[in-house]
Amino acid sequence: MGLESLLKQDGYFTTKVDALVAWARKSSVWPMPMGISCCAIEMMAVGDPKYDIARFGSEVMRFTPRQCDLMIVAGTVTYKMAPVVRKIYDQMPDPKWVIAMGACTASGGIYRTYSVVQGIDQFLPVDCYLAGCPPRPDNLLNALIMIQDKIGRTKAADFKNAKPPELELTQRN
Amino acid sequence: MDLKELVVQKLKEHFPDTNFESTNYRDELTIKFPKEIVVDVCSFLKSDPDLEFNFCEDITAIDWAKRKDRFTVVYQIYSINNNFRLRLKADVDESDCKIDSVTSVWKAANWQEREAYDMYGIKFNNHPDLRRMYMPEDFEYYPLRKDFPLMGIPGSIPLPKK
Repeated sequence: MGLESLLKQDGYFTTKVDALVAWARKSSVWPMPMGISCCAIEMMAVGDPKYDIARFGSEVMRFTPRQCDLMIVAGTVTYKMAPVVRKIYDQMPDPKWVIAMGACTASGGIYRTYSVVQGIDQFLPVDCYLAGCPPRPDNLLNALIMIQDKIGRTKAADFKNAKPPELELTQRN
Repeated sequence: MDLKELVVQKLKEHFPDTNFESTNYRDELTIKFPKEIVVDVCSFLKSDPDLEFNFCEDITAIDWAKRKDRFTVVYQIYSINNNFRLRLKADVDESDCKIDSVTSVWKAANWQEREAYDMYGIKFNNHPDLRRMYMPEDFEYYPLRKDFPLMGIPGSIPLPKK
């Protein structure tokens, strides 16, 4: 890591708060597993010992949005499901990131039809699109590394003026 | 006697005034009849001790687009005791897009009729809970009709704000 050798020399090191916070943030990205269909199987494979997402500090799949930083939308999002996905995203605390996993979430995929949203970027801000149908687990790890790079470049000032989103209080049946 | 002949003969005996069209294609028997007597026919087929069609496998519909009787409601029923499958058909026109529900005969018909209603807009009289099955409640169209575009009507299902 390099950190230990620095601490051995003097017992302290100097850095910027931004760098330290970004390093801590990117090393413990807690995912919200939004497993909607078959991509979720590959997402589960990422958690097993063969691929082992724990190597990246993201093994804590939280099934409550309140404790998550990263939403992995894994599967086909229908128009009926879209308000649910959005509501869960809105419940996640800032700052937060989104991976659109697989062809369906990125573009509707093979489902070019009336019931499927043709790309979740129509209602969610997506940070990383992940190709494949479904993507291999190592591909999801690659996406996670890309998200970590993106988090590593953030500064505290980036979130200074962030306002909480206006929640829709009316619910569609 | 062959069960196929028995089914047709029993129906003709029990409903002497009705015109049944029976076809036997690829060893599958299909019987077509007017929609008004659908509940009577179904309850007879279920209760008759020689037939006992006690399992309703599926209820769906066909949209013929430009035909005079636009829709055909199709019932796939099965007799577990006789290991025998039967297909029933009844025509429904768009101007009077209704047919009696067979939920009083088979409980399983409930959701299958809801699905047919959701996709084709055929109303089932006396259905206990005729709501949409797949599409949102306030959706105005019927997706499996031939005049519905594959990609849907833009804006008919609202998405959340970005």
